[in-house]
Amino acid sequence: MGSLPSAGRNRMKRLVLARLLQAGLVMLVVGILCFVLVRALPGDPAMRIAAGRYGPDANITEAAEQVRRELGLDQPLLVQLGASLGQLARLDLGHSVVTGLPITKELRIQLGATLWLSGSALALSLLLGPPIGLLAGLRRGGWVDNASLGGAIVLRSLPPFVLGLLLILVFAMLLGLFPPAGYGTWRDLALPALTLALGLAAVSSRVARDAVAAVARTPYLAFARLKGLPEAVVVRRHVLRNAAIPVISYLALQAIYLIEGVVVVETLFGIPGIGHALVHAVIARDVPMVQGTALAMGLLFVVIAMAVDLACHWLDPRPKRT
Amino acid sequence: MSTADATLVPITQRSWLTPSRMAGLALLGLLALFALSGPLLVSVDPSEQDFAASLAPPGSDYLLGADHYGRSMLARLAYGARLSFGMALLTVATAAVPGILLGLLAAWRGGWLERVLDLVSTVLLALPGLLLVLILLAFAPGTFGPLYLGLALTLWIEFYRVTWVTAGGVLKQPHVEATRLLGFGTSYILRSLVLPEIRPILITLSAFAMSTAIIAISTLSAISVGLRPPTPELGAMIVELLPYYAEAPLHVLMPGILIFLLVLGLQLATRSDAR
Repeated sequence: MGSLPSAGRNRMKRLVLARLLQAGLVMLVVGILCFVLVRALPGDPAMRIAAGRYGPDANITEAAEQVRRELGLDQPLLVQLGASLGQLARLDLGHSVVTGLPITKELRIQLGATLWLSGSALALSLLLGPPIGLLAGLRRGGWVDNASLGGAIVLRSLPPFVLGLLLILVFAMLLGLFPPAGYGTWRDLALPALTLALGLAAVSSRVARDAVAAVARTPYLAFARLKGLPEAVVVRRHVLRNAAIPVISYLALQAIYLIEGVVVVETLFGIPGIGHALVHAVIARDVPMVQGTALAMGLLFVVIAMAVDLACHWLDPRPKRT
Repeated sequence: MSTADATLVPITQRSWLTPSRMAGLALLGLLALFALSGPLLVSVDPSEQDFAASLAPPGSDYLLGADHYGRSMLARLAYGARLSFGMALLTVATAAVPGILLGLLAAWRGGWLERVLDLVSTVLLALPGLLLVLILLAFAPGTFGPLYLGLALTLWIEFYRVTWVTAGGVLKQPHVEATRLLGFGTSYILRSLVLPEIRPILITLSAFAMSTAIIAISTLSAISVGLRPPTPELGAMIVELLPYYAEAPLHVLMPGILIFLLVLGLQLATRSDAR
């Protein structure tokens, strides 16, 4: 038994530890699957790596033999698996079979685009969803509540690629407001970010609405009104703070939608990010690239989830009863 | 444990068939009818080409028009709906049956089985489902096998966890204990006491898993790692027709509307109005 602050610190440590364990599992799953993938593809892996490194050379057989000895491809499979997981743990991701560049270098370039897209989508969804949920929850059964419910059902029935396509058709082709594809300026980012934000806001607006409706029924809110606090103060001080907790903690689940959506939306809008690279690596069967990009997306997911955990802990430091 | 001594709240006596569920079921029924009877009534091969009717508008010879190769849109949409329904049903069945059985077994036996299954599901859940499916697709891009395997592999976990938690709660109840002491067998307890409690949530879960599968299959086909164009797959059809948007905008939208209606029907059919 410790004092209250140290108990809070302990819980924070546990949260971070659980997410670090998850990050380790992401590495393990991606590493093992890609290890199997290299062996399952037809042809000699040593030959393929040699060709990726030195190009289709005349003395490729010698080069392949050298690669085999260097990478230990003649060793037993379990030893090789151990070695390749060890390499992964040191973040040595190897070279792309297609471009020949180090994976870490490619990822560093792509990470910027992915972070911009996911960050602006998340910010936009928080600007759209919770305010609508607040209005709907304060007047249950009102027109905002009914309209946002209908909108949420429709948006959740649209896969991100269909939604993105509709936005392109309306905003790019019909109205000519934003470019349909490309990357560079904020105008290019508008439609892909909006595609993801609408999907996220469809859920977060309903979560916020239910949270606000739950707070609106509590005795302390009735008391705050009865003691004569102005409505703006009631909303700001009592409703917003208490309703924020479920909305933020639900973001951890929404991170899955965000990461999966980023892969699809980047491919649809031609944004040179990690998700786009992952899809193209799958098509080209560039295994080191598949491994690197899947690992980066998986770790991004873990980082977002950990940030949400810590934000929840900061908002509501009471220990959870489990 | 606080659930052990609390008696279960009886399932609400309210009418199960709310207006939104009725609308959802009606929509699903119509779509199923279209998917099943469409290929019989139209009797046109979805891959039969008629270049004279390339991009024919709806109406004329073809009820819903024809695509850029002059293939009947009606036939292709009906086959596409059948494909989406079929693949989603197969995937969800493959995920649900082992998920529910393992969940019941873990709730009943506990011990090392529970711990092993918990570890396996934690490992699989560490990565977002679509990433797992994408890595598996690298084994054989453009085929249904890895798509099916990857989706089933991510979807069974939810069935397992929900069954495990719900059945575990039911099995701790005093009335189950009493039934067991009276000498009723395992199968009787599972059939008459556990199943009615877990059925509603499993139906909701199945509908949710089906819409996840439909969305995933069409999305992956649209970004050209799922099923490939000659197959009348709804997502692939959209991308295939997109270059002809200027001439035939309706053709591009039709497969999209069909996916939307499928998912909308599944959502409405299992919506609970908690007001």
